[in-house]
Amino acid sequence: MTAIVDVPPPLLPDEAAAQAYRERSARLREAPPGAAADELAEISTAVRRDILTTIQAAGMGHVGGDLSVTDLLVTALWGTLRVHPADPGHPGRDRLVLSKGHCAAALYSALASCGFFPQARLREFMAPLSPLNGHPARLKVPGVETSTGPLGHGLPVAAGCALGARLRDEPWRTLVVLGDGEIQEGSNWEAAMTAAHHGLANLTAVVDRNRLQQGDRTEDTKSLEPLDAKWASFGWEVRVIDGHDHKAIKEAYGPSTTGRPVAVIANTVKGKGVSFMEDRVEWHHKVPTDEQVRRALEELSR
Amino acid sequence: MTSQATAAPTFDCRADFAAELAELARADDRIVAVCNDSVGSSNLVAFREEFPTRLVNVGIAEQDLVGVAAGLANAGFIPFASAAAPFLTGRALEQIKADIAYSHRHVVLCGQSPGMAYGALGPTHHAVEDISWMRAVPGLDIIVPADPAQTRAAVRWAAESGRPTYLRVPRFKVPAVTPDDAPFEAGRAVRLAEGGDVTLIAVGTMVSRALDAAELLRNEGVSARVLNMTFVEPLDVAAVVAAAAETGAIVTAEEGLLSGGLGAAVAKVVAEQQPVPVRMVGVPAFAPTGGTSFLLDHFGLNAAGIADAARTVLGRTR
Repeated sequence: MTAIVDVPPPLLPDEAAAQAYRERSARLREAPPGAAADELAEISTAVRRDILTTIQAAGMGHVGGDLSVTDLLVTALWGTLRVHPADPGHPGRDRLVLSKGHCAAALYSALASCGFFPQARLREFMAPLSPLNGHPARLKVPGVETSTGPLGHGLPVAAGCALGARLRDEPWRTLVVLGDGEIQEGSNWEAAMTAAHHGLANLTAVVDRNRLQQGDRTEDTKSLEPLDAKWASFGWEVRVIDGHDHKAIKEAYGPSTTGRPVAVIANTVKGKGVSFMEDRVEWHHKVPTDEQVRRALEELSR
Repeated sequence: MTSQATAAPTFDCRADFAAELAELARADDRIVAVCNDSVGSSNLVAFREEFPTRLVNVGIAEQDLVGVAAGLANAGFIPFASAAAPFLTGRALEQIKADIAYSHRHVVLCGQSPGMAYGALGPTHHAVEDISWMRAVPGLDIIVPADPAQTRAAVRWAAESGRPTYLRVPRFKVPAVTPDDAPFEAGRAVRLAEGGDVTLIAVGTMVSRALDAAELLRNEGVSARVLNMTFVEPLDVAAVVAAAAETGAIVTAEEGLLSGGLGAAVAKVVAEQQPVPVRMVGVPAFAPTGGTSFLLDHFGLNAAGIADAARTVLGRTR
């Protein structure tokens, strides 16, 4: 085998960004949800810009779902969870699992914003031999707890993490982000039963309810509704929110009040923030032209 | 046609699996067991009594079983994820690929009642595909112990390896075949009989039968080397190449499907590095109705069948 491209170096922390993250995220975590909302929104906009330029550079990606999940990931990483970008394997870290692994560009952009690796490395998304694979791989990307991509894998693993924390009597928590189309996979409901049976109050499952899956609307494919009643009937504490309202997201990420695992149904808009992408099924994985990226960035900077 | 030339005592190795796991768990609180309503058939009742919080029963849900085990490994535990082999490896194959192997989690996947141990329950409950399926997953070690001593050694090895592992736990009764001083090392076959005319390479239930076949062949003046290839992955490539070079003919024997199992692994090495004639003894198709002993004889997975394959590969006939 002859090397036809240089192998990019492994992803290492951006120490300066990680230091800035440590201070700012501590403040945002402690702040009341309303007080943190504006800053979380500001960070989300920056992450959305990175998502668009990352996909533009790669010429591939899942932009619609990336933009619907951004506020959920940013509020988790910057406003809720305790993670350690300079020491990503810290045993006491909170665990964030992105089960909808096709939204890797959103996860990578959010992780880079925290300093898990330099933002400049986003340019390598899906490039030959890059650690930034089209779906997150645990061994390649710091901050990725488990490799995802095939749907229906995140919740069982997250339930195992939460169960592990409880068995060890440790205070860290686990938050898993699911796609709404994804929960058509039965493995989610196996794990939903496990989490409820064991009363895993240290587990939060967030459903990015953008109402679109790859080929069509969820309700025209295989209906999910009544989704809140489904989770409630499986024994979860359910919170239904606007998934682009940072105050509401931060509140919903708060601890369980019932001793049961928490399901956050976050109503979102696929393609959020870019008018011509919003709620349109074709932007599941359509790649914007340079002109469209320019317009999108302009809209985001308003 | 009888399968057992000797009348040595035989053992259901699940008891050894469970005893060794409990012993490890006493010394290391990272050891946990995860199962799918298979507490009894995995022989984990005593484990549950001794470590009530360290046995997680996820109910009848194998995908969840493997995912939860991966999560427990993430939390710092060493999970032994135990379920009937056909359901563990078939239903949860993608979890084994993505959550365990690709995520490189130190989880020991324990395939209970493998091969045709479930006999007349039929092909839905047989795990003859498991070795092939697990071989198709990169980065997964595959251990097929042949007797109680190897079962215990395999549990100990897997607990310490730090690697994703598939462990086939024998249920169909087997005699003890492993010498006390035999090493248990990854990628290292154990030579159980010396011989220069042909090499019989076997795993699991077929090891004692290969030894019996060697005895039959010896009576005909054929000297057969017998290798117990406990690790199908990583395979003992050097032992296979030496067997081909020194004995000139190879027979493989496994209680598993002929597509992609031990025989295929051995044949790849032989074809690429030291071409000699190879015959494979294994399961060719979905089994008809019958108990395990009947089915093993039906498919020639016995001393006579292995000896026949050796005669064929040597160009001999009865």
